[in-house]
Amino acid sequence: MNNVVTEMPEATSVQNTPAANKTPIFTAKNVDVYYGAKQALDKINLDIPRNKVTSLIGPSGCGKSTFLRCLNRMNDLVDICRVEGDIQLEGQDIYAPEVDVVALRQHVGMVFQKPNPFPKSIYDNIAYGPRIHGLTSSKSELDDIVEWSLQRAGLWKEVSDRLQEPGTGLSGGQQQRLCIARAIAVRPEVILMDEPCSALDPIATATIEELIDELREKFTIVIVTHSMQQAARVSQRTAFFHLGNLVETGPTKTLFTSPEDERTQNYITGRIG
Amino acid sequence: MTSMLTTPTRLRKSREASETRFKWFGRGAIAISLAFLVFMVGSIILQGKGALTTSEIAVTVDLSAENIDPNDIEATSFDSLMKKSLRETFPEVTSRGDKRKLYGLLSVDLGFELRDHILADPSILGGPQKLWFTASDDADLVISGSVDRDLPEDERRMSDLEISWLETLENNDSVNRHFNSKFFTNGDSREPELAGILSALMGSLLTLSVCFFVSFPIAILAAIYLEEFAPKNRLSQFIEVNINNLAAVPSIVFGLLGLAMLLNTFGLPRSTPLVGGLVLSLMTLPTIIIAARASLRAVPPSIREAALGMGASPVQATFHHVAPLALPGILTGTIVGMAQALGETAPLLMIGMVAFIADVPTSIVEPAAALPVQIFLWADASERAFVEKTSAAIIVLLVFLVLMNLLAIFLRKKFEKRF
Repeated sequence: MNNVVTEMPEATSVQNTPAANKTPIFTAKNVDVYYGAKQALDKINLDIPRNKVTSLIGPSGCGKSTFLRCLNRMNDLVDICRVEGDIQLEGQDIYAPEVDVVALRQHVGMVFQKPNPFPKSIYDNIAYGPRIHGLTSSKSELDDIVEWSLQRAGLWKEVSDRLQEPGTGLSGGQQQRLCIARAIAVRPEVILMDEPCSALDPIATATIEELIDELREKFTIVIVTHSMQQAARVSQRTAFFHLGNLVETGPTKTLFTSPEDERTQNYITGRIG
Repeated sequence: MTSMLTTPTRLRKSREASETRFKWFGRGAIAISLAFLVFMVGSIILQGKGALTTSEIAVTVDLSAENIDPNDIEATSFDSLMKKSLRETFPEVTSRGDKRKLYGLLSVDLGFELRDHILADPSILGGPQKLWFTASDDADLVISGSVDRDLPEDERRMSDLEISWLETLENNDSVNRHFNSKFFTNGDSREPELAGILSALMGSLLTLSVCFFVSFPIAILAAIYLEEFAPKNRLSQFIEVNINNLAAVPSIVFGLLGLAMLLNTFGLPRSTPLVGGLVLSLMTLPTIIIAARASLRAVPPSIREAALGMGASPVQATFHHVAPLALPGILTGTIVGMAQALGETAPLLMIGMVAFIADVPTSIVEPAAALPVQIFLWADASERAFVEKTSAAIIVLLVFLVLMNLLAIFLRKKFEKRF
């Protein structure tokens, strides 16, 4: 439990955390992010509750995606990006020098804005993560993981008879569900979703939203979205970002019906954004 | 109503005129480049086709025991026997000068050819035999019609007397023309009728192999490191600028570098494909690095993010996903670089691959010629028949290039993936 990041535990070790566990899975304290000299996030304090969907909303450029990418250190890829403050996963600082980023990302998966399946077969797309993390020892185990992941992502019925066809040949919504299946194949604790529906049509969006709701039982989900309706539909908690500040956070219903801050009020009524 | 959409206004006329003008300029440009290409290839083929056939002259040789001892064939003076047979064919030739001209109808190798005939089939020994021998380059030009027999005598290399001998031979069915296999199986020679392209072809092949095995791995590693792993700072920018500059350095400079470093400092054997390949790989390196970096950069960043987001390490992301997607572009760039190297002459001159090499090289440390250098040498030779040889060598070089480009297209199609 304590060393989820520095040591690679068995794939299922943290999976069976009782739902009654009320401690937040992520805690962010005083997080500042700079791109070069420009400050993108200013003193963010945010807890991500376990087995819930937390949505991050706010106008473009408010820093919500930046914050999301701090949670699995995807910001490391940006040379000029600097993160200060303290982000803990299960009580462990994920920016500590001894942390293995590869292990962190195994525990904190990610789904991107644009569906980005590998130009390989559907099977290989899912099997890639378990393979590189050495999660399986036999072909049949791997087959099971692929089937389980596609089942959970609601894609199994559509693709079970064409697993060897390229993942890039699927429709946009199917590709995004494939990416979700790929992310859950390594049994992460948290899935980060960066505007997962912005490239999809309303029907595909509805499918993904239902899927997010189902996945909540097993996984903690953090979703960045531009759509306040989507935040209201899928999330239990919402955090509103504005100009690099975390303005307000709370249960989704409360935040949308009786926001405390004037800026939140203005945003959800469409006056800023 | 219709008038609004159909009336030819002044604006519409000028717009349409400019479209038509552009279309014809474009077609003109393509026509001109095609014309140049057709002219170049056509003239080379016309000039070179003569070298693809060769003439033979039949001479009756008395192979009885009186001339050749069947128990000791090697003791025979094949040259004198051939000359004697020629004199017997044209008994009217008596003066020394005319005799020499008569012998000159055949290649200087006539003695060796006779020996080869006998060794290939010893059963011909014992009596007079009509055997075929390679005609000399001047005789071949007359026989093939490349030199006009009706020209005034002082404007051609063959005198009227020699042409009359050839005509006698032709009337006796003692002259024939056939495909010149010697051109593809012989090395270089001072005698045009014996000169072949094989040593140069092998030299080029060996040189390119060295060049490929040296430059490809180094260039790929450099490109992948620079593009995917190197920090983006002053130093890496400086290196990038220098690699780009390296691609623009005149090739003869690399030749001088090879001369100074590889030959003089390290003492590698001169005129060899090893040194040639190393010098050419200096030139090919920047080409491949630039092409490889461009195709790595063309891989969508979403693929990298997807892999890293899955918890792949940067090396895994690069080698499992990015590099395979960039492979078609990398291979194309490599073959473009190799094609450049194949046609490069100047640096090879500097490291001594311009030497006269008659033997076909079998290893990278034996002296060898290369195709473009062979073309250069033959273009510089004084014998009239080398003009044909030069064009034929150019055809071989072009065919080599076309094959390499086809390989590039094939590899690109094979590894191409949609994303």
